[in-house]
Amino acid sequence: MTESTTESVEDFRLRARAWLAANMEPRDVRPPALVDDDVHEWLAARELQKRLYEGGFAGICFPRAYGGLGLTPAHQEAFNDESQDYEMPLHLNIPTFAICAATLLDVGSEEQKRDRIGAAIRGDEVLCQFLSEPGGGSDLAGLTTRADRDGDHWILNGAKTWSTSAYAADWGLCLARTDWDVPKHQGLTMFLVPAKAPGVTMNRIRMVSGSREFCEEFFDDVVLPDSAVVGEVGGGWTVASRQLFHERNSLGGGSPYTSGRGRPRMLPKVAPVDVARAAGLAGDPAVREMVGEALALSAVQRQTAARVVRAMESGVLPLAASSLLRLLAAESAQLNDDLALKIAGAGAATGAWGDPGLQGRAGIGFLSRQSASLGGGTTEIARNIVSERLLGMPREPAPDRDIPFSQVRRGR
Amino acid sequence: MELALSPDQKLFQTAARGLLRREHSLERLRGLKEGEPRWSLEWWREGAELGWAAALVPEELGGGSVSGEGVRDLGLLAEELGGELAPGPLLPVNVVLAGLVEAHGTGPDHAIEIEALVTGESVASWAVHTPGRQWSPDEPGVTATPDGDGHVLDGVKDRVEEADRADLLLVTAATPEGLAQFLVPAGAAGVKVSPQWSLDLSRSFGEVGFDGVRVGAAAMVGAPGAGRVLERQLQIACVVQCAEVCAILDQVFARTLQWAGDRYSFGRPIASYQALKHRFADMRTWVEACHATTQAAAAAVQAAAPDAAEAVSVAKSFVGERSLVILQDCVQLHGGIGVTWEHDLHLYLRRAILNQALYGTPRDHRLRLADLASL
Repeated sequence: MTESTTESVEDFRLRARAWLAANMEPRDVRPPALVDDDVHEWLAARELQKRLYEGGFAGICFPRAYGGLGLTPAHQEAFNDESQDYEMPLHLNIPTFAICAATLLDVGSEEQKRDRIGAAIRGDEVLCQFLSEPGGGSDLAGLTTRADRDGDHWILNGAKTWSTSAYAADWGLCLARTDWDVPKHQGLTMFLVPAKAPGVTMNRIRMVSGSREFCEEFFDDVVLPDSAVVGEVGGGWTVASRQLFHERNSLGGGSPYTSGRGRPRMLPKVAPVDVARAAGLAGDPAVREMVGEALALSAVQRQTAARVVRAMESGVLPLAASSLLRLLAAESAQLNDDLALKIAGAGAATGAWGDPGLQGRAGIGFLSRQSASLGGGTTEIARNIVSERLLGMPREPAPDRDIPFSQVRRGR
Repeated sequence: MELALSPDQKLFQTAARGLLRREHSLERLRGLKEGEPRWSLEWWREGAELGWAAALVPEELGGGSVSGEGVRDLGLLAEELGGELAPGPLLPVNVVLAGLVEAHGTGPDHAIEIEALVTGESVASWAVHTPGRQWSPDEPGVTATPDGDGHVLDGVKDRVEEADRADLLLVTAATPEGLAQFLVPAGAAGVKVSPQWSLDLSRSFGEVGFDGVRVGAAAMVGAPGAGRVLERQLQIACVVQCAEVCAILDQVFARTLQWAGDRYSFGRPIASYQALKHRFADMRTWVEACHATTQAAAAAVQAAAPDAAEAVSVAKSFVGERSLVILQDCVQLHGGIGVTWEHDLHLYLRRAILNQALYGTPRDHRLRLADLASL
């Protein structure tokens, strides 16, 4: 193969198949143990990424100039098919490659693309996002983390939260307010911030499920060079919109920038059918009916996702229709949790020492029931989107529209 | 149900709409007296000419579908007729045809009866429900005792759709060799049809008694132990029911959304209240889900996929129950007018209640799903 010819997808597939068989281990599909420290998994992911890079299979769709292979999404798809049964650095897919690197490719400077995308592809660096703030959940553009110009530097102050896997990251895309005298969307700027820079304090948030994937960060007079600006000064919302686009795309499995298909292993929620078996209630008609109800709704959810995705692709439905799926996914997950709890009975609350069993896991799973209607945008916002953008109903009044952010009323 | 239709399917749809609207309206439905015929044989024959009874029947038996995918075409037709609450034997005739076609070649020949049903010359209905019982085809309540080369049927069926207009009854009965189905002329000696009350003004039902009804060997459909044929009939019935209800939901949801924009209270359209907008968003989601699961069920039944039974029970249990939640919320959003005789809402609600109740309630189908999951 020379520089000027592109390897065919089939040739690439066969070469990947042989290389994977010789160099990668079979994928571990067992549910992970209930531990709260997964740092070793991140180290392993970096190692796997290094191996892909050395073998010439990293960054398949990223341009050669930034360390990638410059191939097509069809090549990536072929690689994903072939790598399905091997350990892959899945931790790096979201947000490092599919969201952060993809956004830098869209709007980053040449230096940012070369350095950050290149380092990620080599397995040297991990990227994350500093977007949400403790002071506002759904109203992202109402954020108050500030970056003030100081000569040829910027000084960053404020706090962020819900930053997925930031503890494992080297750099974060941080959205901050740089102009308080314009309407809220216009005064924002995106910065590339070293996650371990002086003045950055990071805590891992412990969720009720035991998960510690989210972080909160405090920025105290963090000094950033001018070259840290991603896109334009005042153009931060444009950059954030690209991130949100890539996020939606990657969660729906549509990103061409992921190395291998699938998600990192997680301890799954228990299904009502399994709880029914574990509780010895398979003969109870009321329990059987509940199991049938849960099976039906999860099937309906999958069928609806397939239909709506097709409808959005063909233009029958606008992209806002993805909020229908968000609502149905929450409903299905919550019905699952509710029925698992009901079927588990007393076993959801107490059980054998050291082993909560499937019934106990129904109780633990129920604790984080509302995550399904909070994470990835609340269902309240999704209902606004469906009613306003899909059904054309009147928009909610927005007293912060078109006035300088400094005059917008805020809570404490 | 389908996202995009072929030109042939659109033509099929438009023709059906034209014929329906020529004779039937919600206004006429509201004015019908008890016992008055809901539809005329001439009208049904014209429908049959348009292919209303042909979709599931292969061309060599006199049928044919516009898209080559008969179940989907039947679903499309059920949507077209169901959305306007059409009367008529669409469901019973097509369900009987589904059974006859499925059993074709495995028992006595019924090609002549199939042809008469396809052309609308005759009307048939499935006698499957047992009085006092929910969905329990395995305990049929009618026995078929061997007698010479034929059988003698004894027992009672009810909820037989359009029983008073049927020329033929497809009777599910217990024989010493297992469940069997018989095609019995409604006029045979010992068959007694008595009318039943129906919540749905556009449908009529009857109880059918079989008192020593002698049928010859040629009456059997397929062979005893024909669970596969019965399952096919059930699947077709449920696809038709769900498709009808999807169309009803589209109609009622659109009318309710329109109403919310037109109706003002406290100086603003009620559509501007967030509490109401969020309910519309939920309903919009559920209507999409009803279409999606119905479409998936129709596709699985069309393909005779291994998971067709599961897909059908998923659709029937979800659409059956959720449709009533949606429709009642639409009544609530209409205010008091929604519970008046004069408003159309109850006409739609009646059909939706009927469709969730027959050929297995949502509960029956959930229990089936647990069975299918080998719980």
